[in-house]
Amino acid sequence: MAEMFSYTFMQNAFILTILASIACGVVGSLITVNRMSSFTGSIAHASFGGLGLAYLVGIHPMLGATLFAVGSALGIGALSDRSKLGSDTAMAALWATGMAAGLVFIKLSGTYTADLMSWLFGSLMSVSKADIFLTAALDLVVLGSIAFLYKEFVGISFDLEFTRIQGVPVWFIRGLFLVMAALTTIVLMKVTGLIMVIALLTIPAAIAEKFSSSLRKMMLLASVLSLLFSIAGLFVSWWLDLPSGPVIILLSSIVYFLALSTGKRTG
Amino acid sequence: MALIELNNVTAGYNRDHPAIENVDLSVKKNDFMAIIGPNGGGKTTLLKVVLGLLMPFKGEVRVFGESPTHSRKKIGYVPQVIPSGTFPVSVLEVVLMGRMGSAGLFKKYTESDRNIAAQKLEKLGVAHLAGKRIDQLSGGQKQRVLIARALTGEPELLLLDEPVASVDSETQHSFYNLLSNLNSRMAIVLVTHDVGAVSSHVKSIACINKHLVSHGETISEKDVAQAYGCPFELIAHGVPHRVIGAREDRDHG
Repeated sequence: MAEMFSYTFMQNAFILTILASIACGVVGSLITVNRMSSFTGSIAHASFGGLGLAYLVGIHPMLGATLFAVGSALGIGALSDRSKLGSDTAMAALWATGMAAGLVFIKLSGTYTADLMSWLFGSLMSVSKADIFLTAALDLVVLGSIAFLYKEFVGISFDLEFTRIQGVPVWFIRGLFLVMAALTTIVLMKVTGLIMVIALLTIPAAIAEKFSSSLRKMMLLASVLSLLFSIAGLFVSWWLDLPSGPVIILLSSIVYFLALSTGKRTG
Repeated sequence: MALIELNNVTAGYNRDHPAIENVDLSVKKNDFMAIIGPNGGGKTTLLKVVLGLLMPFKGEVRVFGESPTHSRKKIGYVPQVIPSGTFPVSVLEVVLMGRMGSAGLFKKYTESDRNIAAQKLEKLGVAHLAGKRIDQLSGGQKQRVLIARALTGEPELLLLDEPVASVDSETQHSFYNLLSNLNSRMAIVLVTHDVGAVSSHVKSIACINKHLVSHGETISEKDVAQAYGCPFELIAHGVPHRVIGAREDRDHG
């Protein structure tokens, strides 16, 4: 085990995992209580279009993906009804269009396809200092927003209309939430890849929801669970020489189904 | 001064097919008014106009003599109790939402906010539920919590949307007694498609079906029939009434 931590890339993987878990639990909880998992899936896949375009025009892929994710999140948010985010069809179209555009752009750019695998399935073994810095910055934004606007986030998630009548600028709180959701999706792509990012955002939160009496506790518990799943996943993947992203998701799913079958709920 | 004053208001989501048209309405101080009408008759639209959530195409809306958005803090809004999915929030936290606006952005609820919320829960007889998750409550309990939430904002006017839609008749009875009680301190307007239960409790009734058909202290079978566009059976005081063949298939207004 000591050997595992003697490698810088392993240290970086652990640091990123710990940092990503914070944003993952907090934002994942918001996504779950707002019933927005398919929305999140769509922006994750839409970001692939930005990734491909970035390769084609020669900017940093992360930048392209981020712009597409934030753009599509705000776009859907602005276009759709206040109470319900986007129609199913629009989501599915965005999901597939993002992937298709990405694949075409990447083919045109002549990028070596092995690079793509890391975006699709995660690349915890190649975490850079910049990745760590970005994730830490996102944590600050997420935690700061929740610290100062907790009651508003609970309000728009529980009863948007009532919150609006209270005079809260719901468009701002909602926009902030959508941007945080998009950025968290991008950061977590490093951990699990865009294909499986929904699982990491929603599984810990869904388990936490069953045992929490408030959104705050749900966020905390979801972060802890996401951290446990990711760390355990890293160890297991090291020992069994398996890719870390899928192992993390499999571990999460097993615990999720166990939790589902107990059906316990606290008051 | 009337608390709510609508002059010739036309509103809705489609200019060519407004949900309400040329509506005049006035709610006085200490009033207890029921606005009845069929589904799709424009009740919800009317509520949204009063709350400032929807700008009318035409006409003038005054709430406490000012624009609706300006007067929101004086209105306690009680939405329909909808059996919704799970949500990790305690009853106390829900009731505190009634002070979200007055607490202010970026701020936490104060001790006095919490005291007021606890007081209102007490008043509605649901103080023992304060620590429970809202999704574990029955329909009747939830309704009391939502009223407590509205009262926590210390409103001068209480606005309720379909308050008896998801509670049993026994709960309905104690619910109307509760409202009569509250009416000694504030005006109450409730919107419902359930004509029967309200008539023996309220002081005035307005019928809306795109147009405001009648408005006053009494109401005749003819008025209601006109509002619902169908025969209607009106029996005075307490006995449940029934709308025969009410048209439920229209678009939601």
